[in-house]
Amino acid sequence: MIKAVMVINGLGKPRLSKFYEFQPAEKQQELIRHVYAVLSGRPDNVSNFIRSLGTVFGPDTRLVYKHYATLYFVFLFDNSENELAMLDLIQVFVETLDKCFKSVCELDVVFNYSKMHTILDEIILGGQVLETDSVEVMRAVEEISKLESTTSAGTMINKSIPSWWAR
Amino acid sequence: MSGPTLLDSLFQRSLEDLIKGLRLYVGDESTFISKSLDEIRREIKSTDPQTKSIALQKLTYLHSIHGVDMSWASFHAIELSSSHSLNFKRVAYLAASLSFDPSTTDVILLLTNQLRKDLQSPNSHEVSLALNALYFIATPDLARDLTPEVFILLNSNKGSTRKKAIALILRLFELYPDAVRVCFKRLVENLENSDPGIVSAVVGVFCELARNEAKSYLPLAPEFYKILVESRNNWLLIKVLKIFLELAPLEPRLGKRLVEPICDHLKRTGAKSLAFECVRTIVTSFSEYEFAVRLAVEKIKEFLNDDDPNLKYLGLQALTIVAPKHLWAVMENKDFVIRSLSDADANIKLEALQLVLAMVSEDNVMDICKVLINYALKSDPEFCNEILGCILLACSRNVYEIIVDFDWYVSLLGEMTRIPHCQKGEEIENQLVDIGMRVKDARPQLVRVGRDLLIDPALFGNPFVHRILSAAAWVSGEYVRFSKNPSELVEALLQPRTSLLPSSIKAVYIQSAFKVLTFYVHHYISTKGVISSASQGVEDLMHGRVQENPQFVRTGPVADSDTDDGGLNPMMLHRPVRDVSVESFEDMSVAHEWIYAFHVLLCFFSLPREWRLLLLKLAFSSSESHYKTPGPT
Repeated sequence: MIKAVMVINGLGKPRLSKFYEFQPAEKQQELIRHVYAVLSGRPDNVSNFIRSLGTVFGPDTRLVYKHYATLYFVFLFDNSENELAMLDLIQVFVETLDKCFKSVCELDVVFNYSKMHTILDEIILGGQVLETDSVEVMRAVEEISKLESTTSAGTMINKSIPSWWAR
Repeated sequence: MSGPTLLDSLFQRSLEDLIKGLRLYVGDESTFISKSLDEIRREIKSTDPQTKSIALQKLTYLHSIHGVDMSWASFHAIELSSSHSLNFKRVAYLAASLSFDPSTTDVILLLTNQLRKDLQSPNSHEVSLALNALYFIATPDLARDLTPEVFILLNSNKGSTRKKAIALILRLFELYPDAVRVCFKRLVENLENSDPGIVSAVVGVFCELARNEAKSYLPLAPEFYKILVESRNNWLLIKVLKIFLELAPLEPRLGKRLVEPICDHLKRTGAKSLAFECVRTIVTSFSEYEFAVRLAVEKIKEFLNDDDPNLKYLGLQALTIVAPKHLWAVMENKDFVIRSLSDADANIKLEALQLVLAMVSEDNVMDICKVLINYALKSDPEFCNEILGCILLACSRNVYEIIVDFDWYVSLLGEMTRIPHCQKGEEIENQLVDIGMRVKDARPQLVRVGRDLLIDPALFGNPFVHRILSAAAWVSGEYVRFSKNPSELVEALLQPRTSLLPSSIKAVYIQSAFKVLTFYVHHYISTKGVISSASQGVEDLMHGRVQENPQFVRTGPVADSDTDDGGLNPMMLHRPVRDVSVESFEDMSVAHEWIYAFHVLLCFFSLPREWRLLLLKLAFSSSESHYKTPGPT
């Protein structure tokens, strides 16, 4: 199963994190810091895997990461997942983000926190892979956005004033 | 704190405002965060779902990204989840998934009815939300209560819902084992589904289940076999292979039937992930089928020659699995493995190192060690010590099984000590002493190496190596009769620089100096026969020393260090009677011997009285515990 998904920026700030194996809140922050420490020491052009993460995670846990511009996308999993397949899955996730935000950059990730979770929830549930085709995921996410914008149309009046001014 | 006012609702800051505010804030973030938290605490009590939702959203963000505690807000999340709007429901369920702790959050049970309603909802997105949240917050009670609803969803018309229900069922099985009875049949029925996504989901679940208890899923092998042979979906095939990895050891007949299809897939597929999984399955579980292993090794070679470092790394990993039973595969790729020792990627270097050591045997141990030491000298400290550690481990395995030429090995240990980054002091120390006690023939070389180490001034600078100096001193003292120039040893043992060493090691130095001294004295007495006034003088001197320290008088009978049997402590210093081989001394004149002997005594007596007493006390008090006796060789 997939144990955790993290998106960390180049300075170690987490932008997204989801733990499919329960961890208390402080432990989560510690794990993120540990992963960042390991990743920041890696040069480019090396393999995208990390095998032994010490005793912080379990003994079986492996890590796959991909470095896109300023963000590290990290998947942690055990040996019931194939390493190259996990690498492909990161690719699917990033492709979907790209389609969703039209050429995604870190700022999109920062300001669309809920949408990131929505997209991730269409790809992985409970540590199991649901969908590996970014087109399908996109379709589901668009459906959700449409539904949510029609229901919120009725509540537009209550929107806070600063966002009125912004429009 | 008062409840929210209308003004609060109108001027509420959205999540976007919060994030912007955090980014622009100059100074300590935690002040901004605590201010926002105060606002949130007021806003969240609002009865207006919009206000509540935004407040909860902000709180979830702060919790997830900044680690802020939000356990106090669990009831609000539950309240919000009953909203009809998909928006608010999503916010509520996300807050629940990220912050509820199934073992401590006691309000989770209040969600049961709401979850049930949402699981039965005609809107598939509401169902998805509920399924997702249920994974994170499920308790045994919740699992028991909601299994019927999830069971119904296993047959849902919508493929995506079905997949999610299947993924969730694994968690329900864990928490509420009776769910297996209820849902198993439907789960298996889904294996026949035409949608490969659904079948993948089911196979994924069985993959997890089989890891814990493979035997129960053996009856399903025919279904999995059908999928293996017929499917063309890579994800599905990978999962099926993983299941067979667990099942194959239980049923030998499976192996015969599986090898063919797996080899077919390996030959046909263009997908590297599937190819690697096939290779891994073959070399782990089907290594007795020569033709399959050969095919797998071909593929591994392809991976190794690829430019992609990921493939190189995985290829090396696969080779490591193959190595124990099919060493020829590793030997074929020997050059690549050795080249990989200097790769930029730390992972690849480590795997290559493991492989090199798998290749080591009696014939090639000297060459391999030479190559490895060269790499160690060129590498960073961490990898250098990895290499040294692996060499030490491999050579000492099974009581030095692969070493034929101990003289060479002892000089190798000396060479390792001199490597600037060496941190393996303890292991090298143990091995030097161990070899000294077990291998008689190696003792002359050991003394030579020990002498070189003792006189090398650079070694004092590396604190990790001090323990090796202790071993070198012990060895020099113990086997001094093999030494060509004992006076050099004594000088080295008593040089002023030894004050840099910790006291336990200084104690060994002193002991060894005494051993050398007594060797001289005994040698003189035994070659010159008995008694002139000079030898009497030496005996007096010895007794003079004895009187200074009563411990010396109390010690028991003489121990003979020549025998290797386990009962004796070779570290006992006080044995003036020794069987000495004197070949190295035949050329020395009597006068020389006396000069050397008194030289040593003078060095000792030139120290202040308190120092002499202290050193003697140290020497005799720590001598018994310093080295352990070996078992029988």
